Amino acid sequence: MGGETVACQVSTATGGARRRRFWRRIGRLWGHLALIPLSIVYMIPFFWMLSTALKTDRQVMVWPPVWIPNPIAWDNFPRAIAFFPFWRFLANTLTIAVLAMLGILISSSLVAYSLARIRWPGRDLLFGITVATMMLPYQVTIIPLFVQFTRFKWINTYLPLIVPAWFGGAFYIFLLRQFFMTIPQELSDAARIDGASEFRTFYQIVLPLARPALATVLLFEFLARWRDFQGPLIYLQDPRKYTISLGLSYFRLEHSTEWQLLMAASLTLTIPIIMLYFLTQRTFIQGIALTGLKG
Amino acid sequence: MMAEASALPRRLLRTQRQRNIVNGLLFAAPWILGLLLFYVYPIFSSLYYSFCDYSILQAPKWAGIRNYLTLFTNDEKFIKSIYNTLYYAFFALPLGLVWGVSIALLLNMKVKGVSVYRTIYFLPVLVPDVALGILWLWVFNPQLGILNALLWKWFHIVGPGWLSDPAWAKPSVIIISLWGVGQAVVIYLAGLQDVPQELYDAAEVDGANAWQRIRNVTIPMITPVILFNLIIGLIGAFQYFTTAYVITTGDGRPALSLMFYAMYLYQNAFVLYKMGYASAMAWLLFLAAVISSYALFRSSARWVYYGGQ
Repeated sequence: MGGETVACQVSTATGGARRRRFWRRIGRLWGHLALIPLSIVYMIPFFWMLSTALKTDRQVMVWPPVWIPNPIAWDNFPRAIAFFPFWRFLANTLTIAVLAMLGILISSSLVAYSLARIRWPGRDLLFGITVATMMLPYQVTIIPLFVQFTRFKWINTYLPLIVPAWFGGAFYIFLLRQFFMTIPQELSDAARIDGASEFRTFYQIVLPLARPALATVLLFEFLARWRDFQGPLIYLQDPRKYTISLGLSYFRLEHSTEWQLLMAASLTLTIPIIMLYFLTQRTFIQGIALTGLKG
Repeated sequence: MMAEASALPRRLLRTQRQRNIVNGLLFAAPWILGLLLFYVYPIFSSLYYSFCDYSILQAPKWAGIRNYLTLFTNDEKFIKSIYNTLYYAFFALPLGLVWGVSIALLLNMKVKGVSVYRTIYFLPVLVPDVALGILWLWVFNPQLGILNALLWKWFHIVGPGWLSDPAWAKPSVIIISLWGVGQAVVIYLAGLQDVPQELYDAAEVDGANAWQRIRNVTIPMITPVILFNLIIGLIGAFQYFTTAYVITTGDGRPALSLMFYAMYLYQNAFVLYKMGYASAMAWLLFLAAVISSYALFRSSARWVYYGGQ
């Protein structure tokens, strides 16, 4: 209250400032007026997914549709999970994800360190090539790789999905390099003068300071593996080896009209990611912003 | 004195230089090897395959430019897939750009609860692609879906068949892509927050109204981010696959209206095992991506403003 009167007194002195503040407030009001209905529209598919996932098969067929299920069919979730089979596919997905995350983290951070903090001829060329590969459509490489993996007898194993990760990923190398560049060079110089090897400088000085960026890499790679469809589609044939995304697409083929089960299964795949988002919101948003800004 | 003082570090520098080369290569070794194994070798072999008949069961047989000829002269599905993909890119990219920038501008007005709004627009990005396809099949379901129900309830419009109608299928997947605009919004918003306040103040002092400030200050300052999103979006649109594959179970129905380039390529390679034919498609895609990214970069000299950084 007190602040407002002071503000009023000041703004009578400068009518322009008062007017400006007034218009800004009006503008914000318009902002809300646009954002609130839009938010509702954006949430409708989520409400629809949740609502359907909790309906009985008879309620799904009701026209016009109702939002609140009655009775609430909680058992759609256990039924969907059992049909899936969700736990087996989850274990498969996590196996791939963890091994790929480990590979990506180790290899990409080493390479990014070389590109950001060691001066050697050819470094800039390698960085240029790295950026260029990010724009390469994967279709150009997938066929010869499939042929090669067939020769190795790697089809229907997780190896084609895991092994390449241990050689680094262009996007992660780029992201980590940008982050490593921001760490003061003096820290490395000091370590070098103290006689630390390059690897020790990397491991004991740079890596601990880069924890937020490393977390971003792990998070993004986990998400990529969780939602990856094409890789498992191409390389996995035995249904027992399916990942959750691939499993869900087959679930869809077998239960194409049981929408309550399909929505329950889709939610089962989505909810863990949404929870992960709320737990790691900062890492998430900063990571995405980081990829855009230095592009 | 001077000479002696500089001789010592220089000698150290020389050994340091050598050490740097060795260390640099050692640290980068996984990626150099990875580039050779997973990029260089496959790129050139797929170029070779594209000139061959190759079913993976038998060794590739040289066929000259026959694959390319067949594609352009005797494959309606191929032409259709190009049309569909260009259609998708032509509408989804500009719409996504205007839509994404508009939402980011609204969020940047420092309204209360920005983080809540931002979360709401970002949530769709988190839905795994397969779940996304299934969810929208159900939203768009002509008889029982929520969209046609609301169209009828609110506007008394009898909604179209959406994904099951060849005329509406592509607009439908473009709507799905707009629902996932949140990723671009986060990038635009970060760009907007980097625009220095002084520029707005200066424009305001000069009497610029809100629209003029957006038009002449905000938009030019975020053009680098717009270029970035356009290039990423373009390459993504060329490779559009999973959502359409899930929706159509891979066959591009109805009436091939959702047969996109990457889906047809996949079909040739991994369903029909026409590896040579699919490689030719892959190389054409590669060339298209290179040429259009290059064109975007070249055009950026005229519309991207780098004075900000």
